[in-house]
Amino acid sequence: MSVWAQVFGNPELYASTLALATPLALPALGGTFSERTGVVNIAMEGNMLVGAFFSVLVAASTHSPWLGLLVGMLAAGILSMGLAFTAIRLQSDQVVVGMALNLFASGITAFLYNTIYGASGTPPTTPYLPTVTIPGIAQIPFVGQVIGQQNVLVYLMIVLVIVSHYVLFHTTLGLRMRAVGEHPEAADTVGISVASIRYLGVFIGGLLSGLGGVFLSLGLLNSFDIGMTNGRGYIALAAMIFGKWTPFGSLGAALLFGFATALSFALQGVGISSNLVAMLPYALTIVALAGLIGRSRPPAADGIPYAPSK
Amino acid sequence: MSVRMRAILLPLYAIVTGIVLGGLIMLIYHYNPVSAYGALFSGAFGNASALGNTLTYAVPLVLSALGIAVAFRAGLFNIGAEGQYWMGAIVAVWVGYHLVDWPMIPHIAIALLAAMVAGALWGGVIPGLTKAFVGAHEVITTMMLSYIAIFFGHYLLEQGPMMAPGYLPQSPPVAASATLPYFAPLPTLTDGFWITIVMIILVHVLLFHTTLGYKLRAVGASANAARYGGMNIAWFTVLSLGISGGLAGLAGAVQMLGVENQLSDSFSSGYGYTAIVVSLLARNNPIGILFAGIFFAALSAGSQTMQINSGVSPYMTDVITGIVVFFVAADRLYAYLRIRLSRGAGGSPKGVKAQL
Repeated sequence: MSVWAQVFGNPELYASTLALATPLALPALGGTFSERTGVVNIAMEGNMLVGAFFSVLVAASTHSPWLGLLVGMLAAGILSMGLAFTAIRLQSDQVVVGMALNLFASGITAFLYNTIYGASGTPPTTPYLPTVTIPGIAQIPFVGQVIGQQNVLVYLMIVLVIVSHYVLFHTTLGLRMRAVGEHPEAADTVGISVASIRYLGVFIGGLLSGLGGVFLSLGLLNSFDIGMTNGRGYIALAAMIFGKWTPFGSLGAALLFGFATALSFALQGVGISSNLVAMLPYALTIVALAGLIGRSRPPAADGIPYAPSK
Repeated sequence: MSVRMRAILLPLYAIVTGIVLGGLIMLIYHYNPVSAYGALFSGAFGNASALGNTLTYAVPLVLSALGIAVAFRAGLFNIGAEGQYWMGAIVAVWVGYHLVDWPMIPHIAIALLAAMVAGALWGGVIPGLTKAFVGAHEVITTMMLSYIAIFFGHYLLEQGPMMAPGYLPQSPPVAASATLPYFAPLPTLTDGFWITIVMIILVHVLLFHTTLGYKLRAVGASANAARYGGMNIAWFTVLSLGISGGLAGLAGAVQMLGVENQLSDSFSSGYGYTAIVVSLLARNNPIGILFAGIFFAALSAGSQTMQINSGVSPYMTDVITGIVVFFVAADRLYAYLRIRLSRGAGGSPKGVKAQL
């Protein structure tokens, strides 16, 4: 009994839940923007890798983590334009393009890593993105230990979730995005440019996924390693679907994954087979999906190219 | 151009584009692309043992990709072939060392069959039923089950019930009677190759020459139309994911009984993920999958030689395959560029689109 109190009563568990949820919530949020406008995006993994690599490349050479962050996000945004152009202009199969971009991104980041840094790895002098202490909150017992002191990107993630919710559901732009994703013909009829809105959705998707990668490289480790995203882009894809293509839903699903992963780390400390515990996040998801949330319905025009009739 | 010609020419265009762009990237970083590609080619096809290696590597890729294609044809994305592959591998190895003194053919047959059933249950029944009855998205369930299978495999080996005596996280080796015989003309290649060829034919016949396959594709083309047509969508969902998982399980079994002979902790395949790309590159066509699988296997087998001989990072092959798959998907790019170029920079994209 005391073991469980020790595990669940430890604020560290909830603090790491937040930190582990961040690199899932950001790409899930990005995917939400892309798919809400009607472009299926499974390229989050590749966008994250590109964001992680180029942010380290720039941060290591300029000693500015913020410049690194900016370039990392932009690199992912540019990569995602490959998806946008083929999906919107060429009406290509979006799943195939997404897989292609993931493969390309994992190849090019690993190739550049090997070629530029060789066996020594990225420089240990690469700067971090700072951890922030919120005065006032950090002093509150328990709560302060959970949310009072986190990496700056954890706070930024929370802000971005709120802003995204507001943009998608309470602004004209968000209405247009959803209209284009649900019924592009109707949107076109009232004068909305389906193509421009979709480009924007995919680009925002790239930026946010890239930011997720930046958190892994500059937020947690101040280094890049080959394949360091380790499938998080795909879990983010699951989080987005789990969250029913909404920002708060994505955050909730990311927190669930984060919690289960944090719990598996904590339980390893008390001597339970780490492999069995590591199954927990995934088993929990299936149970939750089967029993609690039920059907997730994608935007009606998600993945369907829009070809205006002449 | 006929549809069939297009289906062959398009991947060739894409492969040439991938090789050229990959070569440009190598030039930027001062490598010699000609010698790098030469090494890659000789590492993949240069002699009997290289060719044997390439085909051996293609076997599990092609089998898993066939499964993924069946699911795609039914409109389902089985992203968890990796875990179904693991379940097949685990069960095949277990049967392989638990049954002793069995004659070879029944021993191998029962190991392969058990692995297929394991893969089918893992990939088909759980995701299929949850999809059909509570609407759980198969991308999530197959992926989650895939992670669970991989951790389960590690659990079995690390102080778990399948760990062999000693300190190493590995299972006992499978009995000689469960080891796939070698396919004579090429070194390292086993009868797994013939099993693969048979499966390609079976899947092709199933998809394109049976009523079941026709219905399966009808569900994939439009689930709603199929439902109005009176078809039982739940059954087809479970069935197609089941076949999909069964083939991935078979891939794991063939790899275990033919190549690895035991399950070990260091075994990390990635075949299940690469197979998705193989299937997509072949546009879910069973015969195309054979060639796409060999192409991927060749790049992978040749990349080590390329690194040793010309110093190019072996990950260059991922760059090339990424580009190839991209250009296969962007099949309209060639027409788009041709029209753009012939009209000059002023050509209106709207007009271009109308002609595509």
